Amino acid sequence: MYRYDQFDQQLVDERVTEFSGQVARRLSGELAEDDFKPLRLMNGVYLQLHSYMLRIAIPYGTLSSRQVRKLAEIERVYDKGYGHFTTRQNLQLHWPALKDVPAILRELASVEMHCIQTSGNCIRNTTSDHHAGAVPGELEDPRVICEIIRQWSTFHPEFSYLPRKFKIAVSATEHDRAAIRIHDIGVQVVTNAAGEIGYEVWVGGGLGRTPIIGKKIADFVPREDLLAYLESILRVYNMFGRRDNSYKARIKILVHEIGAEDMRRQVEAEFAEVKTRGVLQLPDDEVARIEKYFAAPAWEDLSDDVPEIDALAAKDKGFAEWLRNNVSAHKVPGYSIVNVSLKPIGLTPGDCSADQMDVLADIADKYAFSEIRVAHEQNLCLAHVRKRDLHEVYQALNASELATPNIGLITDQIACPGLDYCNLANARSIVIAQRLSERFSDIEFQKKIGRLHVNMSGCINACGHHHVGHIGILGVDKKGVEYYQVTLGGAADETAAVGDIVGPAFTEGEIIDAIDTIVETYLGLRQDGEIFIDTYRRVGVQPFKDKLYATH
Amino acid sequence: MAQHSRKGAQFQAVTANRLADGIVVYLTAANEWSVSLQDADVAEGKEAAEALLARGQKFYVPDILVVDIYLFEVEKTDGGIRASSVREIIRQAGPTVRTDLGKQAEIDGVHA
Amino acid sequence: MQLIKNGSFVQDEWTTLADDEALPASGPVIVSLERFNTEQNLLLAREGKLGIRLKSGQEPTPIAPYLDRLALVALEFPTYRNGRAYSYARMLRDRFGFKGEVRAVGGVLRDQFFYMSRVGFDALEVDDNITPEAYADAVSTFTEVYQPSADGRERVMSLRQRLAAKAGQHA
Ligand code: SF4
Repeated sequence: MYRYDQFDQQLVDERVTEFSGQVARRLSGELAEDDFKPLRLMNGVYLQLHSYMLRIAIPYGTLSSRQVRKLAEIERVYDKGYGHFTTRQNLQLHWPALKDVPAILRELASVEMHCIQTSGNCIRNTTSDHHAGAVPGELEDPRVICEIIRQWSTFHPEFSYLPRKFKIAVSATEHDRAAIRIHDIGVQVVTNAAGEIGYEVWVGGGLGRTPIIGKKIADFVPREDLLAYLESILRVYNMFGRRDNSYKARIKILVHEIGAEDMRRQVEAEFAEVKTRGVLQLPDDEVARIEKYFAAPAWEDLSDDVPEIDALAAKDKGFAEWLRNNVSAHKVPGYSIVNVSLKPIGLTPGDCSADQMDVLADIADKYAFSEIRVAHEQNLCLAHVRKRDLHEVYQALNASELATPNIGLITDQIACPGLDYCNLANARSIVIAQRLSERFSDIEFQKKIGRLHVNMSGCINACGHHHVGHIGILGVDKKGVEYYQVTLGGAADETAAVGDIVGPAFTEGEIIDAIDTIVETYLGLRQDGEIFIDTYRRVGVQPFKDKLYATH
Repeated sequence: MAQHSRKGAQFQAVTANRLADGIVVYLTAANEWSVSLQDADVAEGKEAAEALLARGQKFYVPDILVVDIYLFEVEKTDGGIRASSVREIIRQAGPTVRTDLGKQAEIDGVHA
Repeated sequence: MQLIKNGSFVQDEWTTLADDEALPASGPVIVSLERFNTEQNLLLAREGKLGIRLKSGQEPTPIAPYLDRLALVALEFPTYRNGRAYSYARMLRDRFGFKGEVRAVGGVLRDQFFYMSRVGFDALEVDDNITPEAYADAVSTFTEVYQPSADGRERVMSLRQRLAAKAGQHA
């Protein structure tokens, strides 16, 4: 994985000094809250319900075991012994004191981490595929271009006061695990007829109050021009994006208002200008330098058949279940990708304790080239595990409640912190996720239901990506009481779609039964080989409406 | 700022977060900021509530004690002062999904 | 308000004219785009330097043909949050090659001086409480930069290349 050189380290260290100065000026009263707020918001420090929240950037979701241990230590010393992984592959601490943030930042800098641009109206952490570098069919490791984007976007002088926040995601396989079509910019790695690597560019996706799927505006941007192309999009957005209404300020509204064609024309015109100056061209040797950091680990020459694992699976039902659900195919024979579920039945989706982090760091050191990934579904991942080690890895994970065999199943839900923590929330989301996972805890039943993504958010900001869940749940507030609105048919992958609102919202008491009704309705309607989303696409919303509201 | 009291709320108290650590606090009759809702000064009626908020804001002037001051609705019960909305109940107690954390685990007088 | 020009606190020699204010016979004046559009010939023929002040929604392309006869373009920040003029400044410098003064007026925070200096502003109208030390501090926070911009600073990427080339020579 990428390692800082002297320049990267210096920049992060200088940022720690700068922010420490800002905190000191605030605590002494030299800076008023109104003046300090934009500064802390540029550094991932929010004021939440119970305390501050600190959002730590995990660039493209890749961590080393050393970094994970440091995060665990920070959680113990400065927080309450756990952290929350988000849909943006970041980590949030729910309880840090403002006065401790400078010390936390210094600790982070010591392991090449930071909180730069994890909030504010700037270019945020670039996210990617958590299976990068391991999955079959990948054109290149998307993290190379992510790292290049990270550097270009860090303290970009022109784009730090955009109309709104700006999120970029990169995918390098046809199957999109990075949800690029719901990002302000989605980058898809492609090849042209000559076999050269380049990038397809999608723009104007986003969730929130106005969910919109991105539009493709470029079929092939050569690698050396990608930064120039991105800069062109950002410039058009910065100059013409709306600033009169924060709900209309995302680039998706600009693209929607002027149309994808007009957007493409404006970007192309800008791109022609930027390209002539040539200053943003990517030098091959710099790409090569960064590529080296993401070079494949020293894989062994192994057979893909590992009879002893099959034998263990035959004896150990839990292991067999886990193998089937949580382990994915690797591109190299004899290796697997291990998905680590952070969705134990009845607990908080995405939460991970400091102790669990230490365990993961140890497992990663022993079995997975010291690398841990964060998935946008709020799970973790060990990208390169020898098949013959799978049983040991399973046992180690299982001992720490990290092996719930539910990846992609109904209990593998995405849930934002909601009203249990978040200042903007209308309703709780975690508690609904917990009850739902308890209701559907039976693994046999989960398997019968098949792949089904349930996403929930505590308010319209949609941090829990509810619009693109196969089933989406949105918390709303009706006169101080929590209600839950259901959407069906959303998807975040290459078939991205925004879910349809099924009807009036449900109370806290009704929502779990409502989901149950939806699942039963689907099971009654599905045809051979279908998963929920297939059935939904075939039959539409009506049968679900009929069942849900028939008794009301 | 968002509205945290219903129109015509009878009883209200003033809350904020401490600047240095973000912890939820309540304005007391002695013009101090207490971590416990039970210590809050409760105003009855609109005018008294506005006066209470003004007192909190005056107190806020040094601007290094607390941030984000606002009024919210409470009820007076035999068991003490109770916050009315789910949000304020959670703020005075802690996350409902981690009852081992927050004020519910640290001080008395917290209600669910 | 005080003016920082090329890093020094200086006396402002310019007068910003309201649209209904009489045009002085001489001396440098700044006018709005609206006034420039209606009194263009008069303004361009006049003795004394001319500057135009653009509002946040007025991008600089329409004044590009006149830039060689302008000595200043002032760009408004209606609030510090509105960052449109960062792009305008870069266009003036990079695209149109404007060599005169580019001045930031309006919502200009201490913590933005660095970015402003990078995108091509050489003059900032700042609050009276800004000291020369605070200014010097703000623009020197970061030693190196990742992006090319209007200030022409070498980006980290090319520093690396030079370092590597040098190491190569010694090897
Ligand atoms: S969706 Fe709303 S409630 Fe949930 S974390 Fe985001 S802002 Fe908070």
